Amino acid sequence: MEYLIGIQGPDFVLVAADNVAASSIIQMKHDYDKMFKLSEKILLLCVGEAGDTVQFAEYIQKNVQLYKMRNGYELSPSAAANFTRKNLADYLRSRTPYHVNLLLAGYDDADGPGLFYMDHLSSLAKAPFAAHGYGAYLTLSILDRYYKPGTNTTVLQILLTLRFILNLPSFSVRVIDKNGIQELQKVTVGAAK
Amino acid sequence: MFGNTPGLTCARDTALSAFRFYVPAAEYLEESPLQFGQVSTSAQISSDLFSTHSGDLSTPSLPSVSSQPVPLPFPLSHGTTTLAFIFQGGVLAAADTRSSCSGLVACPAAQKILPIHSHLVGTTSGTSADCALWKRILARELRLYQLRHGRRLSTRGAAKLLSHMLHPFKGTELCVASGFGPCLFYVCSDGTRLQGTLFSVGSGSPYAYSILDQGVEWGLTVEEATAIGREAVYRATHRDAYSGNCVDVYHGLFSRRSLRRCLSLQPRS
Repeated sequence: MEYLIGIQGPDFVLVAADNVAASSIIQMKHDYDKMFKLSEKILLLCVGEAGDTVQFAEYIQKNVQLYKMRNGYELSPSAAANFTRKNLADYLRSRTPYHVNLLLAGYDDADGPGLFYMDHLSSLAKAPFAAHGYGAYLTLSILDRYYKPGTNTTVLQILLTLRFILNLPSFSVRVIDKNGIQELQKVTVGAAK
Repeated sequence: MFGNTPGLTCARDTALSAFRFYVPAAEYLEESPLQFGQVSTSAQISSDLFSTHSGDLSTPSLPSVSSQPVPLPFPLSHGTTTLAFIFQGGVLAAADTRSSCSGLVACPAAQKILPIHSHLVGTTSGTSADCALWKRILARELRLYQLRHGRRLSTRGAAKLLSHMLHPFKGTELCVASGFGPCLFYVCSDGTRLQGTLFSVGSGSPYAYSILDQGVEWGLTVEEATAIGREAVYRATHRDAYSGNCVDVYHGLFSRRSLRRCLSLQPRS
């Protein structure tokens, strides 16, 4: 099962996603990247039905880049999140809804860091922390208990280890702050492989 | 008959006056010629209901999907074992040759690895008719791309093209692992498109995966890679009822960039 998590800090957003691309019981790829870079400071994390995720995420990605080419400046994370939600909502009541769950994380020079939670019914919520997948059931309560708005990066990374029956072997982790997107070291759970 | 194809319009014109010559200009088709098999495309429906929307070109719409998936007449299964992996000597693809039809072996010598052109090969799993059709459509589209743009489309591009062409047919359970070039892609009709170094597709794929996972590494020689590919398909055919008969092995080299088909070998029994 797929897993996404995002945590907002005072001046950064930390996001992580698992690296498994699975097809029923078989792991087709164990180094699959679920994060799509929308712009220098915005990341879209996308899980859900097999083809829908890539199709939808690439569509949003190309449109955000097109906006920048046409207008000369980039969309803010909040604008990008609302654009994504609008597209999800438009297709929800059509014959071909896109069954995807999303996290959009970005750093706006004016508003600071932002994390947006969207699900396949096109709801949108700006949240200090959010997660998708079965792992969310386990991590959200940890975050509720220990999250404080001023927490720094290292403490938050420790929160990623989870006791989970469908053992996800590794996670890719990225941080967005005023300098852009940085990739942190992949977190691997020791027991797997 | 087949939609707005420029070629057919030309045929009608020349029928009227025998001395008029008309060379159709190379145009991009405005609508996909692949209109068969779908109940109706939502693009047609939306253009009736929202006629103002069709004139808006500022935001191109998402690729539209057929209105409802056509219900399958009977449960189809991917009765096959195909695999492909990359190693230092190139790319190796192997597949069984049994074509089954609900418990009956329809053909013991089917070809499941279909060369698309001299530098691209696809292994197929799913309905044989769908696979043969899509191989031909892909070959045609790649050749058209080559003629229009003067260069061959890369494997990554061919995989993306196939994935987008299959998008309206979500639900028909066609899986392709196509490779060479030197890269390997797994394309499935549910929209998955993954780049990797080792894939196996079909009902016998779990059995093949277990043999491959413990034997495949980058530093194999060509003989060792052929042996492992053959062994993996053989073990899968031993356990899986829908795979069997012979093993086809294809090998493509990075340097010489051409395909060579190894002997169609009988599995050891």
